[in-house]
Amino acid sequence: MSRPAYRTPVIGDDGPELRARLQAIWETKPGLLGFLGTVDHKEIGIRYIVTAFLLLAAGGVEALVMRLQLAGPDRRLLTPEQYNQLFSTHGMTMIFLYASPVLSGFSNYLWPLLLGARDMAFPRLNALSYWVYLAAAIFLYTGFLVGAGPNDGWFNYVPYALAEYNPGLNQDYYALGMILLGISTSVGAANFIVTAFKMRAPGMSINRIPIMVWGTLTASVANLAVVPAVSLAFFMLWLDRRFGTHFFDSAGGGQPLLWQHLFWLFGHPWVYAIVLPAMGMVSDGLPVFCRRPLVGYSLVALGTVATMILGFGVWVHHMFATGLPALSLSFFSAASFAITFPSLIALASWLATIWLGRPVVTTAFLFFASTILLFVIGGVSGLMTASVPIDLQLTDTYFIVAHLHYTIVGINLFPVVGAVYFWFPKMTGRLLNERLGRWNFWTMFVGFNLAFLPMHITGLLGMPRRVYTYPAHMGWDGLNLLISIGSYIFAAGVLLFLINVARSRRGGAVAGPDPWGGPTLEWATTSPPPPYNFAVIPTIASRHPLWEAALDEEEARSSIHRGMLLDHGKEALATSPMDAEPERIVEMPEDSVGPFALAVGLLVLLFGLLHFQPWLSAAGGLIVAAALLAWLWPRRKLLERAEPAHG
Amino acid sequence: MAELVCADPGPLPVGPVGRSGMGWWGVATLIASEAALFGFLIFAYFYVGATAQPGWLLEPAPKLFPALPNTLLLLASSGAAWWGEKGVERGRRHQAVAGLLGAFVMGAVFAGVQAYEWSVKTYGMGESSYASLYYVTTGLHMAHVLVGLVILLTLAAWTAAGFFSQVRWIPVSAGILYWHFVDVVWLFVFATYYLTPYLGFPQ
Amino acid sequence: MSGAPLSYLGSAGSKAHQVVPLTWFALIVSTATCLIFAALIVAAVRRGRAEGDVVAAQAVIRGGNGLRWIFVSLILAAVPIAVMLVWTMIAIARTGVPPAHPALVLDVTPQQFWWRIRYRGALPSDTFTTANEIHIPVGAKVLVRLNSPDVIHSFWVPSLSGKTDAIPGQNNVTWLEASRPGRFRGQCAEFCGAEHARMGFEVVAQSPADFEAWRRGQLRSAPRPVTTEQVRGLAIVEYRCSLCHSVRGTIAGAGSAPDLTHLMSRATIAAAQLPNNPGSLRGWIEDPQARKPGTQMPNQHLDAAQLNDLTAYLGTLK
Repeated sequence: MSRPAYRTPVIGDDGPELRARLQAIWETKPGLLGFLGTVDHKEIGIRYIVTAFLLLAAGGVEALVMRLQLAGPDRRLLTPEQYNQLFSTHGMTMIFLYASPVLSGFSNYLWPLLLGARDMAFPRLNALSYWVYLAAAIFLYTGFLVGAGPNDGWFNYVPYALAEYNPGLNQDYYALGMILLGISTSVGAANFIVTAFKMRAPGMSINRIPIMVWGTLTASVANLAVVPAVSLAFFMLWLDRRFGTHFFDSAGGGQPLLWQHLFWLFGHPWVYAIVLPAMGMVSDGLPVFCRRPLVGYSLVALGTVATMILGFGVWVHHMFATGLPALSLSFFSAASFAITFPSLIALASWLATIWLGRPVVTTAFLFFASTILLFVIGGVSGLMTASVPIDLQLTDTYFIVAHLHYTIVGINLFPVVGAVYFWFPKMTGRLLNERLGRWNFWTMFVGFNLAFLPMHITGLLGMPRRVYTYPAHMGWDGLNLLISIGSYIFAAGVLLFLINVARSRRGGAVAGPDPWGGPTLEWATTSPPPPYNFAVIPTIASRHPLWEAALDEEEARSSIHRGMLLDHGKEALATSPMDAEPERIVEMPEDSVGPFALAVGLLVLLFGLLHFQPWLSAAGGLIVAAALLAWLWPRRKLLERAEPAHG
Repeated sequence: MAELVCADPGPLPVGPVGRSGMGWWGVATLIASEAALFGFLIFAYFYVGATAQPGWLLEPAPKLFPALPNTLLLLASSGAAWWGEKGVERGRRHQAVAGLLGAFVMGAVFAGVQAYEWSVKTYGMGESSYASLYYVTTGLHMAHVLVGLVILLTLAAWTAAGFFSQVRWIPVSAGILYWHFVDVVWLFVFATYYLTPYLGFPQ
Repeated sequence: MSGAPLSYLGSAGSKAHQVVPLTWFALIVSTATCLIFAALIVAAVRRGRAEGDVVAAQAVIRGGNGLRWIFVSLILAAVPIAVMLVWTMIAIARTGVPPAHPALVLDVTPQQFWWRIRYRGALPSDTFTTANEIHIPVGAKVLVRLNSPDVIHSFWVPSLSGKTDAIPGQNNVTWLEASRPGRFRGQCAEFCGAEHARMGFEVVAQSPADFEAWRRGQLRSAPRPVTTEQVRGLAIVEYRCSLCHSVRGTIAGAGSAPDLTHLMSRATIAAAQLPNNPGSLRGWIEDPQARKPGTQMPNQHLDAAQLNDLTAYLGTLK
């Protein structure tokens, strides 16, 4: 059958016959190959979320063990080396293996649904990004489990990370694993960027996309630009350790501060990358429970982008104590102050949305609303670090530990748990239990603040971070006991959450397509959505396609149940980057085990490199090459190559 | 009365047509990320150079032969690849294969000359931070050249086998876009290591 | 702050005098901001709370002009932020630049996991080295030059000065000026390995006369041993301890561990971890790894008699 280069899409109505046809085209085949080969963004998204939460649990247990050690002065539960690996692995896990992947998971799951698309722009790349993330997590945790976890903190300063001071395999695991994780992040970011610009439903111009899309898009642009910095830094570290180069050791003319620059050029934007999408969740979720559109959409969207732009310019505020000239300190200090304003836009917008709306207090609402307060606490403590003279006292004390937990737990974990309460019914078709939800929220909220508010004080009283123990009579004893107790209450809250998820997955109340009366497209499809998401391609007329009738602000109404059928195969629609004008019918790839094989090959290659095993490395390299060739081979079905000429 | 808006476009391209398609976007984002990588490598050079002791530069006056002609050769290979792409676009298979193979040969000669440059250096990558930066930067570029060569050769073979028509040839455009990137980024590497010492950096 | 030796909410020197009020200002503004937001959130929820808890049953309406909130909050925040910014710049100008004509210059060399301190005199005979205890005269500007022979450490005396990193291959400087006599605790503030937690030191600020007396004392060589125990103890020092330590006036002259010439003049041992008394000194030498796992000092496997001799000799190093 010859495929014409151009076709006018047929417009039609949603209907059972169409759905049956699309189902046959889009559904993943059962069995192991289907499991390993699926490219369905919803399946991949859920895998991301589940994996990230398992790692969150691991990182949490590590923290609980540390809190036993620190519950009192001079305790001897852990040796210094054990403690150092625990705190480093905890940081690595939470920052790299939980906080970012969990957001990728939600974005993967939600984006095509929010954007009215049938899948991401590059479904196989999407699968690759998950499998490589899993491979990196396995690799990094193998190191930890064999006693060679990272032991120099998550930001891993040299020269302590060099072979001279750190002769074990710890740093080799960390370096190679982080390079692998960088691949996952980068391909994921590329996929998000192209999806945001090319895969939106017609009519969804750039000023109509949900804020969460703004958040993840901004984060992805940043990741694409800065992940290479940290991958390069870890690559240089590995070369210094194993091949005798001199990037970082001063004896060979290297520069220890090069590490810090490369790391924080990445690290500071990354910190925003792990909160901006979660802030987007609040911006999109909170209004649903306040029964009014978000206040100041355009300002919040601009604020999101502005945060990141400023975020590129403040990496040096992690390096105030490294002996920089006063002029440069002043510049980076001022830039760090400036970053308050875009963050404040989001905070004011959320508060105004509650104030001017009619809030319905649900568990999801509680998590989203509490984010505001936790963000403020994390924000003002962050503001203090922007002031160089204050920072020179605060930095590397528990004040910073408190600050970073208020930002990461407050602006990542709390919104994420809220997002689970909000979107769980979409993902599973069932609601989470609200009564258990309240217990869940209040236990987490009280436990978290009990654990982390006093850390500000131990910090102000001078307790340095990254100490495996501390002497008595420093004024920290009672507070530390309180912190340890709080951390166990917090953990109990997280446990309640996991119990709620486990129980409600099968036993929860049936949700229906739209349990909350939501405004955006994901609520227009069934719960859980069919593999093709939308039977017809919707056309969008506003920011709130499902609230148009209620708000009655414009004449135009979005068309949800009538639109392009695109049922000639596994087809999706590509639109123009700004105005979302229909541009192209895209042939979507079938399921493929290529991404899985590629990730396996990379993992084998990495173990080969780690242990200097040439044959193992070569085997891994061969698998990688074969998987890539099979993947990239131009396929007629995807219209990447010409039809054979027929006479 | 509210009015339903329903997009009802005319004929749309089905799949990638000509130079445009999703694959082009994919390679463009990949290139953006790779460009950042080289940006950080060059940042590392200037940062370490700016903070180093005098005498850091192992080659205060780098020899421009054969580096400069080699650079011009690499640029010419981009031209050949572009000419080959035009061949695909116009349905001239011989021109297409010749262009791609020509780019491949020029790229391979570039790689050979670069390997020769390494072999006559009096220092290895463990000599100093300058040496480490030089070898790793040019080495990472070399890795990209080798990947590009594999791509060019594969594209030439696919083109010769008649995979592409005047309508469908996105893999060719995407692959050649990558090759252009490999060539352009070399200009930055070349300027950094071979030209800035003449401008007096560092010291 | 009494009872919290590392607290930076109190100050005992001219640098910290600049920073502590700024810190308090920021803390008060921050706390107020948090309380205001908490109150507003609670008020907002109470104010318009919908009747009934079925979300989808509630009508959707767009009410009120919310943009005002955003603009007002931006303007309100600009005021304290501007104050903090200006104050910060002033404080940077007053604390950031080291004195051009310091009264005293110290080379402080942190290393895993202790602090070497070298007092530079005009003449080589005025120069001496000590460890983990920095003496300075009250009211004098003291320049501290930092370098590290191994990994990155950070020099920090909260009640006198914020942190300055000691980075291999880089010469960083900071300065101290104590406004009253006292003992001020310092601590390594950049993670540096196994015993980062126990890498402390002390700054002793003294009146100029006391400082001068102390300085002259430090310039003296170690006294000769008197008793037979002390003589045997010196033999152990010269035979074993001298591999790493030095005692001026003996053949022990190595520099990779703290100088012991005036060990007993110091109030603590093991980088401010243990009080310096014969009991803890003996316990430390007997099994340093048990008291500070990961310290560079190896177990010496000395028997009880040797320990007696050694502590007897060390006790004379006043």
